[in-house]
Amino acid sequence: MITDVLIIGAGGAGLTAALAAKDAGASVRVLTKEYPTRSQTCMAQGGMNAALGNVSPDSVEEHIQNTLKSAHGQANEEAVRYMCSEAPNAIEWLDEIGVCFSRTPDGKIAQRKLGGASAPRACYAQDYTGLKILHTLYERCLKEDIEIHNERYLLDLLTKEDGSICGALILNIRSGELEHHFAKSVVLASGGYSRIYDKYSTNSTASTGDGIAAAARIGAKLLGMEFVQFHPTGLKNSSILISESARGEGGYLLNSKGERFVNELAPRDEVSRAINEQILAGEEVFLDIRHLGEAFIDENLPQERKLALLYEKVDPVKDLIPIKAVAHYTMGGIEVDNKSQTSVSGLFACGECANHKVHGANRLGGNSLLEIIVFGREAGKSAAHYTFCDDKSKNELNCKKETNFLDKLKSFSNEIDFYEKRSYVGELFYKKVGIIRKESELLEAQKEIQLLKEQLPLMGVKDTSKVYNTNLVEFIEFRNMLDVCEAVVSAALERKESCGAHFVAEG
Amino acid sequence: MKISIKRDFDFIEYNVDMQDATLLEVIETIKTEQDSSLAYSSGCRSSVCGSCSMRVNEKEVLACAYKVQDGDVVEPLKNVEVIRDLVVNMDKALATKKRAKTWLQTYNKEAKLTHEDEKTNALQSDCILCGSCYSACPVYAVNEAFLGPFALTGVWKYVSDKREAAPEEKIETIQKNGVWDCTLCNECTLVCPQNISSKADIEKLRMRSSMAGYSDPNFAQNFGGGLSF
Ligand SMILES: Cc1cc2nc3c(=O)[nH]c(=O)nc-3n(C[C@H](O)[C@H](O)[C@H](O)COP(=O)(O)OP(=O)(O)OC[C@H]3O[C@@H](n4cnc5c(N)ncnc54)[C@H](O)[C@@H]3O)c2cc1C
Ligand code: SF4
Ligand code: SF4
Ligand code: FES
Repeated sequence: MITDVLIIGAGGAGLTAALAAKDAGASVRVLTKEYPTRSQTCMAQGGMNAALGNVSPDSVEEHIQNTLKSAHGQANEEAVRYMCSEAPNAIEWLDEIGVCFSRTPDGKIAQRKLGGASAPRACYAQDYTGLKILHTLYERCLKEDIEIHNERYLLDLLTKEDGSICGALILNIRSGELEHHFAKSVVLASGGYSRIYDKYSTNSTASTGDGIAAAARIGAKLLGMEFVQFHPTGLKNSSILISESARGEGGYLLNSKGERFVNELAPRDEVSRAINEQILAGEEVFLDIRHLGEAFIDENLPQERKLALLYEKVDPVKDLIPIKAVAHYTMGGIEVDNKSQTSVSGLFACGECANHKVHGANRLGGNSLLEIIVFGREAGKSAAHYTFCDDKSKNELNCKKETNFLDKLKSFSNEIDFYEKRSYVGELFYKKVGIIRKESELLEAQKEIQLLKEQLPLMGVKDTSKVYNTNLVEFIEFRNMLDVCEAVVSAALERKESCGAHFVAEG
Repeated sequence: MKISIKRDFDFIEYNVDMQDATLLEVIETIKTEQDSSLAYSSGCRSSVCGSCSMRVNEKEVLACAYKVQDGDVVEPLKNVEVIRDLVVNMDKALATKKRAKTWLQTYNKEAKLTHEDEKTNALQSDCILCGSCYSACPVYAVNEAFLGPFALTGVWKYVSDKREAAPEEKIETIQKNGVWDCTLCNECTLVCPQNISSKADIEKLRMRSSMAGYSDPNFAQNFGGGLSF
């Protein structure tokens, strides 16, 4: 059976797209390599931006200006205007479907101030904004009877002779069988690629850039891949995020000598660079929230206390929290126009895997949850519309015969352990394609990645069973990560000047 | 340090040299360094995605929030089909949400939520769908069709939400295989990593059911049985 709209990824972006496509009258099928509620969207804590002015005066225009400024000239003003103007609607819709946003004493949706915003603008749901939005979207999909298939892994996108989309080749992780899912249009909503930094990333282990790599393989254009946002406060050992609200509420950053060395509320890229400099100079860096007091910490930063205790064995009420800056969000992705259409006919993209040109070289906190709702809807609507109106979608489904990576993989020799290489790549990228970039080091990294790509046939999987083979899935993810790494490093080499998160040093 | 993990056919003991590590870190190390065939699920590493729930020494935990002890015995969740090793199929468990209709059915435009209203179901909406409660619930041994703890907590979330204009529909939905089938044993509460008490939510739903004129069918039966000897 052919679906009108096939959606790959069931995070905030994918589920919103599914609801919009269904609402437009299309038949919809959603595939995810996890379960919808396990998508990384659940990890967002800080909030979602909308200039509601519920706490103090604010305007859509200010939201636009803040976003453009942070983007360092790399955003498309029209797209930013659209996203910021739609923000109040997006919040209203989420409220209507049941998201439990925190409220002010007078019953309005509460808002807090995140970095780079001229007013308290981020709507939040206690400490769990992403979780509550994602679960509510999932429940809405249950209500609308949207078809969702869990634990289905996108291997490759399928195209017709004319290059337009016709579906996806999927590995059913549970059975180990290949499945062809044919569709008139496809929406990619498969998330970002920060896991190329391996353990130097706050991200879910699923953020391996699969969708971006698959899209690039069929000729979709990528844009801004060099722009990787580093978050100043990842826990030192595990890279788990300590929310920006810790600094927002008055937390300090200290070095081993106990000195403050940067304005803690400066933009993320500046603070990350300052932390990096300290670490390169041999200092350790700590987040200090002791002065906020136990009562305040337990009321406002309970998750932070729990995670610091669990992963660093320190109690923030009386100890310093060891931190480092780590990869957190990837601004780059599949290039799309204002209708979320990629350069491949019938292929749409939204969420962190797409580049809608709204974050430019640096994303503002709270703008990603906003983007996944606003452009998730746009992508779903556009994909549905495409299936109704575009002749290409009505052509016979003569998919080109795909070259299947799984078939090739059977001859791989397994002499080199890819898990070792995966952490090696993370280390390499953190040091050489990280917070500060030098041309000489980028070239070294590029060489290394090319070598690893050539060595792929010497890697492969040890586990040969069919059922739920995560060794296999992780190897395919690693292959995608290498493709993404290549795109990141060559984009970084092309951009000679510093710009936002891409910071170039001499040498 | 030794831990043993339930594999497809038997327990296998692994020896790891790690201090003060979470169970997830230990399992990851085993997978990448010792035995790449070990299957498990994970995602966030920070207790919000609900992927890594499993049982340690017969109690449900999140692997990313549990510190390993020497001699720990690790198994997959119960009451769900084991796909492989520690990976279970959650489809059937998640389908309870659909059967229980845990969503906002009819939006009440007039409802104005206050700061206080926010608190009435903030806890219930903290659920991460880890399935720990579902695994711990003894009812599944006798009734596969029981809606179960997290779904019923989800129902309470919407029944107690002022924005829901038709809470009676939800109350009606949970009469069969729902609130009255729970034994109030509290096992679900003891294992919930989010400190949610489905038992307490079910009690509240029973109260609302009684107020709406429904009664405990078991009670009626027992009562009937008692008189007819
Ligand atoms: C710790 C943390 C805190 C954050 N806090 C905030 C915040 O406060 N505010 C804010 O605005 N943003 C925040 N962000 C960023 C924001 O959460 C993400 O950018 C956003 O949720 C991405 O949503 P998405 O739907 O694009 O992708 P995801 O939620 O990552 O979903 C991707 C989906 O694609 C699926 N998928 C991936 N690959 C495949 C494949 N090969 N086959 C099938 N399916 C696949 C996955 O299973 C998943 O369902 C935070 C991020 C992190 C990590
Ligand atoms: S209290 Fe009810 S729902 Fe909870 S475990 Fe016991 S029987 Fe199951
Ligand atoms: S109620 Fe608690 S134990 Fe049950 S699924 Fe939700 S978070 Fe997990
Ligand atoms: S990995 Fe997400 S809850 Fe443990």
